[in-house]
Amino acid sequence: MVLELAKPRPIWQIMFSTHHTDVGLLYTIMSIAFFFLGGALALGIRAELFLPGSQIIGDSMTFNRMFTVHGTTLIFLFLLPFASAVGNYFVPIMVRYKDMAYPKLNAIAFWMIPPGGALIWLGFADFSWYATPPYSAISAPGPAADMWIFGLKILGVSSVLGSINFVVTILKCKHPDLPLSKVPLLAWSFLSSSLIVLVAIPSFAAALVMLLTDRLGVTGFFDPAKGGDPIAYQHLFWFTFHPEVYVLVIPAIGMMYEIIPRFSRRPIFSQSSGIFAFVVLSIVGFSSWAHHMYATGMSFTEKTVFMVGTLAAAPASAMHVFNFIATMWGARMRFATPMMWSVGGIALFFSAGAGGVANAAMPFDFITHDSYWVVGHFHLFVMGTIAFGSIGFLYYMFPYITGRMYNETMGKIHFIMSFIGTVMVFFTQHVLGLYGMPRRVFDYMPLPEYIIMNQITSVGAMIIGASMALWLFNMLYSSAKGKEANMDDPWGLGGKYYYPHQAKTPHH
Amino acid sequence: MSGHSNWPEWIYVAVVICLLTYVGAEAWNVERIVEHTPAEAEVIKVTGQQWFWTFEHEDGTKEVGELHLKKGKPYKFEITAKDVNHSFNIHDYVVLQDAIVGRLNTVWFAPDKAGEYTIQCREYCGLLHYNMRATLYVEE
Repeated sequence: MVLELAKPRPIWQIMFSTHHTDVGLLYTIMSIAFFFLGGALALGIRAELFLPGSQIIGDSMTFNRMFTVHGTTLIFLFLLPFASAVGNYFVPIMVRYKDMAYPKLNAIAFWMIPPGGALIWLGFADFSWYATPPYSAISAPGPAADMWIFGLKILGVSSVLGSINFVVTILKCKHPDLPLSKVPLLAWSFLSSSLIVLVAIPSFAAALVMLLTDRLGVTGFFDPAKGGDPIAYQHLFWFTFHPEVYVLVIPAIGMMYEIIPRFSRRPIFSQSSGIFAFVVLSIVGFSSWAHHMYATGMSFTEKTVFMVGTLAAAPASAMHVFNFIATMWGARMRFATPMMWSVGGIALFFSAGAGGVANAAMPFDFITHDSYWVVGHFHLFVMGTIAFGSIGFLYYMFPYITGRMYNETMGKIHFIMSFIGTVMVFFTQHVLGLYGMPRRVFDYMPLPEYIIMNQITSVGAMIIGASMALWLFNMLYSSAKGKEANMDDPWGLGGKYYYPHQAKTPHH
Repeated sequence: MSGHSNWPEWIYVAVVICLLTYVGAEAWNVERIVEHTPAEAEVIKVTGQQWFWTFEHEDGTKEVGELHLKKGKPYKFEITAKDVNHSFNIHDYVVLQDAIVGRLNTVWFAPDKAGEYTIQCREYCGLLHYNMRATLYVEE
């Protein structure tokens, strides 16, 4: 049994452990810590934009550094490590193996993240997470920019190591009696997303090295003055990071595949269509990267190809939504906190996807590109879908990590406030984009419609902030003083669980 | 695998694919029409640099931070950048094209209403990106 807090152990025993649930616990704690750090930056950004002119942040450079570190932190130090946390807890159990395939490699992959995160936070670069040259190569101030490059390099290696581990664990360490088609969808989601990482990451890894040598002045890969091409960077970048969107979203969908049937008290509508949709998504995810680049002067043919590639990803995502709804249809559902987060996440996933289809249409993209529409659109994925799925799943794991139950009322209030806040912030940002407000701006024109929409957004962000403070309190308080959980069935749902609870005692 | 039949899901997927095909075809058609630059369009050379816009008319006159155009005439912008990437945007007329160092991107439009419009930078370009604006004056 793995009740990390119920049976207190010295902290060093967890830190130097290679057992998958211990590494999972480290991933969980670290990613949630970075979630609050990155979220605090978001609140700073929203406070600044509450009114036109300078509010709480003195100069635009500080503001630019804040949104850069906000984005980098929440993508690379919250979303990705949190997915790894869940994978570490569940994948070995779901494939019925004693641990990850390479336990030491697993611990190494985790311990690469703190130095990477430290480089990003101590440097505080300003070129946005996109880091596009020539700005990042010739204009962005060092050493912040160089520290960011090294930080991302380390995080990229960590991500590749983690992915190799998941792929080998699932394909090679799976119990011989368990056919791949019967492996639960949560584990399937880690197989798909890990394979995407292995194919996608190398191109950005190369771009980072090229960017660094460009900055050092020894090469000119992206510098037109030396015969380079800044557009090449954008291709290399998006070839990694469009598929990376699926790397983030697929595990969150996998978490919902664990929660939705559990709280609907029936099996998933179709396991095979879930697997099919994961596989399709991880293949067509590679056909759409340049839809981020319509405005760079692409030819009509190129734009058409990438529009078709982008639209091709929609049916697979829609199949997931169908699968969830069909599972819940007429079921005896129990809206405990994890279920509320999952259902809310699916609703926002649908909205985000609908916005994505609109955005893929070439003429419309020239209205929305680099405007607040895009900010609202991708935040509906990263916050509305992935963070919602992750937070719900942490509530789901809570009794099994701590041996105690979280406070259900606080959990529900947390969800309702966050949902309202998310809708206020990100739906409003879509409209703000249609009115032409550019993204990544420290200040905006004092038009009445800009002001009112920015204020709605900022108030929504503060509501989210307050709800997250409540969550933090609930987690800390309940892990020490909460009611003891009924470990066999914490929500009284009946049926069989896949839980760390069932794992054997860790071998330290 | 669950034993039940899965036909509702396949019908649903077919409907989704039909909708997407419609969106794609319509977008393709609109973009094809929008991209067709009229032959008589007057060329305006646009240069973005940190953190202002320079415009050069066909007759060689240069304007910085403002652009004067005639109502009802088509114009073709030839856009480039001097230092880092920018993005040339007149939101009211859905004119948007990146200004890339070492490249010449083109986009055209024909203003149909006299007045003042904001030209802004839509691609992050550093310290004063937020304030990299110019004014378009459309005259009768």
